[in-house]
Amino acid sequence: MRVIYQKELMTTTPQLRPLHEEQTNAVEMRDIVLRFPGVLANDHVNFTLRRGEIHALLGENGAGKSTLMNILAGLYKPETGTIRINGEHAVLNSPRDAISRGVGMVHQHFMLVPTHTVTENILLGLDDPGFVMRLPRYDQKVAELADKYGLKVQPTAKIWQLSVGEQQRVEILKTLYRGAQILILDEPTAVLAPQEIQELMETLRLMVREGKSIVFISHKLNEVKQVADRLTVLRKGKVTADGINLEDVNKETLAELMVGRKVIFQLSKKPHTPGEVVLDVQNVSALNNRGLPALKNISFRLRQGEILGIAGIAGNGQSELAEVITGLRPCQGRILVNCTDVANQPPKRAIDQGTAHIPEDRTGVGTAPGMALTGNMIMKTYDRAPISQKWRISYTAAREFASNLKEKYDIQAPSLSTQVNKLSGGNLQKVILAREISGGPKLIVAVQPTRGLDVGAIEGIQNLLLEQRDNDSAVLLISEELDELLDLSDRIAVIYEGELVGEFPAEEADLKTIGLMMTGELRRQE
Amino acid sequence: MSLPYHLRIQKRTEEVPRWLPLATSVGAIILAFLISALILLLIGGDPIRTFGYFFNAAFGSWGALSDVVVKATPLLLIGLGCGLAFRMRLWNIGAEGQFYIGAFFASLVPLVPLVDMETTPKFVILLMMALLGMLGGGLYGFIPGYLKAKFNVSEIISTLMLNYVAVFFNNYWIYSEFSDAGFQMTPVFAKSAWLPRLADYAQEVRAFSGITLHLGVVFGLIAAFIIWIIMSRSRWGYEINLIGDNPQAARYAGINITRNVILVFMLSGALAGLAGMSEVSGVVHRLQERISTNYGFSGVIVAWLAKLNPFATILVSFLFGALIVAGREIQPSGLYFFIQGTILFLVISSDVLLRYKIELVRTAPEEAK
Repeated sequence: MRVIYQKELMTTTPQLRPLHEEQTNAVEMRDIVLRFPGVLANDHVNFTLRRGEIHALLGENGAGKSTLMNILAGLYKPETGTIRINGEHAVLNSPRDAISRGVGMVHQHFMLVPTHTVTENILLGLDDPGFVMRLPRYDQKVAELADKYGLKVQPTAKIWQLSVGEQQRVEILKTLYRGAQILILDEPTAVLAPQEIQELMETLRLMVREGKSIVFISHKLNEVKQVADRLTVLRKGKVTADGINLEDVNKETLAELMVGRKVIFQLSKKPHTPGEVVLDVQNVSALNNRGLPALKNISFRLRQGEILGIAGIAGNGQSELAEVITGLRPCQGRILVNCTDVANQPPKRAIDQGTAHIPEDRTGVGTAPGMALTGNMIMKTYDRAPISQKWRISYTAAREFASNLKEKYDIQAPSLSTQVNKLSGGNLQKVILAREISGGPKLIVAVQPTRGLDVGAIEGIQNLLLEQRDNDSAVLLISEELDELLDLSDRIAVIYEGELVGEFPAEEADLKTIGLMMTGELRRQE
Repeated sequence: MSLPYHLRIQKRTEEVPRWLPLATSVGAIILAFLISALILLLIGGDPIRTFGYFFNAAFGSWGALSDVVVKATPLLLIGLGCGLAFRMRLWNIGAEGQFYIGAFFASLVPLVPLVDMETTPKFVILLMMALLGMLGGGLYGFIPGYLKAKFNVSEIISTLMLNYVAVFFNNYWIYSEFSDAGFQMTPVFAKSAWLPRLADYAQEVRAFSGITLHLGVVFGLIAAFIIWIIMSRSRWGYEINLIGDNPQAARYAGINITRNVILVFMLSGALAGLAGMSEVSGVVHRLQERISTNYGFSGVIVAWLAKLNPFATILVSFLFGALIVAGREIQPSGLYFFIQGTILFLVISSDVLLRYKIELVRTAPEEAK
């Protein structure tokens, strides 16, 4: 193919070339197949990125979006299929090959050195500057580039001093500095506040006007509708919509293309009267892992049959708040669960008061990955009858318990002795929820309960939480998904830099006010 | 890309077949012997005769077999203790020191003496020695356990260093207080402080004459059974397994990690201490400078080879006992260490086979482009 193409080039008359270039697509991927153990991540996928467009790549988690783009960025090699970049056949053996062809990717997890400056991070791995770095010169270059695209960031600042949004700008600058013409952004809005999302969108539009082409990976329908020109939808490794125009589809169709069935966007939230106070947080302050203040004098109350949503950008103290309530982090102040102070007590104290905890980190905290399903299911009940009998554990009772939950919550696993690290994210989260809810909790602390799950699983988990509220559990819902908070909560409080800066009944909450509060622009006058 | 085949290494996503861990361990041991045979050939030896001699030296007679079990006993107890700690990812490599302190504590009974050695019933003396041995080892395990649990001091460093402390602590008492006429050993214990040996019954059963097998091995077998019960049937075992798999999850489940770290370290040390008692009371019959031939370190290897399984520990310690006994008969003596090292290296490497699937696949012909 390559040889033939070169012949073609030679026969093309110079006059025709500009026209020819205009017509070529920025990227053409044909028949891409890539297999991972047990899954066909990309199953004969076609993908076309036109020059100067924002192209959304939509799909559930595990649909193969990131895989496809990692192939384009030279991180994975497809088993079969061809890639053409700007009309030229491309063999991408490493990210270096991709960069040299003008492809740059901003990954979901940033790859920055926290103790280095912005400029240093941008220059990392480049041949210029050489051994002697004259940094100020490059600071200037970086500043100019940042200015051009409206990416506000201080070149001499150290990465650890920057907010997540600023770090993302650094990542984008990194790819631009390397001359990227084709930019891939993997779920760029996951870490941003509403206003920051707007700024990012502005930048993207600016870049497109400059003639760059952008792939925007997402699973959020609203955003996609807002920013993209065309979109491709993947489901289970296959293309279900190939480069369709956004005007031609509505949200419901998109969801169906992603999930493969109709999705109801309406949750059945019944009116419910809150009862007794279950959780009473009084003047709580705490430090984060780096020893800096993470919570500053926080107070709130949560009643039976009520969902209190905590909105905020990641890293504003949400994780710490969940940890102090569940006894995993020391703090100052009082935290009463059913009138028992659980602050600075071992986690057992909160558990015994009927606290369920759906932690943010499913594999790092919520489960023991190498243990079997049974072992994970009995984590909170192993010391109670009938599973516990004096000093020993009745594994017969444990298996029965686990098998009941597996059935009731429809957990897809080959057997009870399957190690949970073999389960998908959605099933893992169901294991955690099943275990936590099975005890009939009085208080549920749920942190990012639906993050990274596919649309179908999200629906199930949100309904479970609502069900618990209707059963008179108190639910503290910490989430970065504003839509989720608005859908589920009875009240919403906003956390910013460790302080609660505002609180509304869910009906009165509007996105703009919450957004301003999340970025610290606004705080409620008391 | 000219080779018609290439290796494909994939992470296992499905369950590992039950027989596979055993198969890879046995395979690794066989391979280790094959490699040793090759080395023997290269240095001009005759591997078949050497291994034949090896086999004879270890299993050729009842006496030899008994020697093997005697050597296996401390390895079994220490291997069990280490295995228990390793389950919780506590890298206790201080069994050597815990062994010495256990031996010292047990020796106090006949040396001080703590009770009248003439009139006290033998089983009371032995019981006291066993309990004191376990107490000594347990206390010596408490130190790194406490430091680890409270101040997150690396147990690898603290246990390793405490080994030296224990050896010199022992030496101090041997030389200064209990020395037998200035030699680097204490006087022989009173007979009532000796663990019963089969040879003691030679008068009743002729075949037992000269058989040095002592009661310590029974301690080992009972301990193996108890550890198995703890690990696979008890609440405490569940907690240990959970902490070992994910300490964050264990804390989240309300388990007291500090307490468990200390307890497991103490039990691990107590088992090494019991091994020390069994060695001074069953074999050496006195406290002296070198009572351990690196049992504490071989025990680490035994635990690993047994994949931390208590029953497998019995088998592996027996194999190692055989290697030690046979190794004594072979020159150069380094061969024993060579085989031991090769086995360890291969068994630990063979874990790759459990975590990854390695396939030979035919290379697809290059795509026609």
